[in-house]
Amino acid sequence: MKEYFNNIFTALFTIFVGMKVTLRHLFTPSVTIQYPDVKLPLPERERNRLYVNMDDCIGCDQCARACPVNCIEIETVKSLPGEDLGKTSNGKKKALWVTKFTIDFAKCCYCQLCVFPCPTECIYMTDVYEFSEYDRNNLIYDFATLTTEERIQKLENLDKHYHERETKKLGRI
Amino acid sequence: MMYDFLYELTGSSIIAGTIIALLPLFAFILPFALFAVLLERKVAGHMQDRLGPMRVGYHGILQTIADIIKLIQKEDIIARENDKLFFNIAPVLTFVGSYAAFAVIPFSSIFLGAKIDLGIFYIIAVTGLVVAGILMAGWASNNKYSLLGAMRSASQIISYEIPTILVVLSIVMMTGTMSLFDLSENQTGSFWNWYIFGGPSISIQKFLLIPFMFIGFIIIYISTLAEVNRTPFDIPEAESELVSGYHTEYSGMKFAMFFLAEYANMFAVSAIVATMFFGGYQSPFGYLGNSLNLVWLIPIEQFFWFIFKGIFFVFVQMWLRWTLPRLRVDQLMAASWKYLIPIAFVNLLIIGFITLI
Repeated sequence: MKEYFNNIFTALFTIFVGMKVTLRHLFTPSVTIQYPDVKLPLPERERNRLYVNMDDCIGCDQCARACPVNCIEIETVKSLPGEDLGKTSNGKKKALWVTKFTIDFAKCCYCQLCVFPCPTECIYMTDVYEFSEYDRNNLIYDFATLTTEERIQKLENLDKHYHERETKKLGRI
Repeated sequence: MMYDFLYELTGSSIIAGTIIALLPLFAFILPFALFAVLLERKVAGHMQDRLGPMRVGYHGILQTIADIIKLIQKEDIIARENDKLFFNIAPVLTFVGSYAAFAVIPFSSIFLGAKIDLGIFYIIAVTGLVVAGILMAGWASNNKYSLLGAMRSASQIISYEIPTILVVLSIVMMTGTMSLFDLSENQTGSFWNWYIFGGPSISIQKFLLIPFMFIGFIIIYISTLAEVNRTPFDIPEAESELVSGYHTEYSGMKFAMFFLAEYANMFAVSAIVATMFFGGYQSPFGYLGNSLNLVWLIPIEQFFWFIFKGIFFVFVQMWLRWTLPRLRVDQLMAASWKYLIPIAFVNLLIIGFITLI
């Protein structure tokens, strides 16, 4: 009999204790962040999408070789002797036309290993992390600044140059 | 009364009757369901330190309207093995059961569907239809989860109807009326005239009754909570065990009807508790209309107080839902047969003795 009333008392008492807890939580500020409107500040050294500043890129291919998943693909064409490609921001002379510089972000593992070897610090991590796509091919980013015609033209120029040099050599003999 | 007014206005008893019958549905149940679903989700969110719906409209106030539009557009799926006839009747029957209860609920002294003397008896009888609808839905779905949910629901509602009726009986015995309108009218004045505080008479009886009225209130609140299948008594639709119980197989508008019936029931039950113990539509402290000499203001105030009390108890139901875990079947039955029913019986006897003094 004592247990019976004890049960009733505990049941009611614990319900009120629980209700007190939930009522307190009803008025505590929520922890939700309204994500697309409000974003959490990113940590200082976060690693997200890569960016390549092509003005500074000398086409040295070191980032592509450092990449553990081979997601960077670089193709370069030598410049002609008279051409001036300008200098990078830290004073290095550019000697190669970069005809292809693609990074496949579907493969990229965001390890930042490509960033360290770059001699001109032109490849670096940005704070962009919202770049999902419906098609995987859209995740292949092309950073080369030359247009398609220019790329073909550069290659043809070099071929022509070699050809001329060969004919000159032949002529000299 | 509203009916007489409409009868004079339209000159036809049929039109007046139709309007007075449809009024609770369109003026109250639908807006209430829209509001209550949003309230439920908001309460749930904030109790868990979340925000709840936030996207549709300011702080998500249009969320339920968007949900209803979605439900209307959805395909009404009827599986091949369903018992078509009963499958289609069940949601309507369930909704009718909970809607019919609104006929006698006094929203204010003039807004009252039918002023019948057997109000509370009628409600208990007509909400029995809900059990039939639920059982029908579970059986016709031809799905083991649905059937289990329906069986559990039926057994639960039947066992918890007994303590409810015993408490109702004690009130009826004390007041000598079954009309919800008369019950509300008796509790006029201030809040100490409410039956939870022993009723309007000032005597030794009133003070003796107060603790037993509180017990009665707690019993009827727990058992009506079980009757509308709300957590902690939601074993009929226990998501983690039975998918969603008797409405597993329903989609689109038929599901919406079950949903509407559930929320209408929640309010009906809260309204009955409020009418029996908390003065119904009576204001806890005088009317503004009386002090300002504006007679037309009083029914509006009464309507406000009634809705306020009803929604407060609905809120407590939600509060309990997000506080307590679900009971096991045996715990559920034990709570009813071992605790609520004996206490309700003893309470009934004591209230009877006190009334005799």
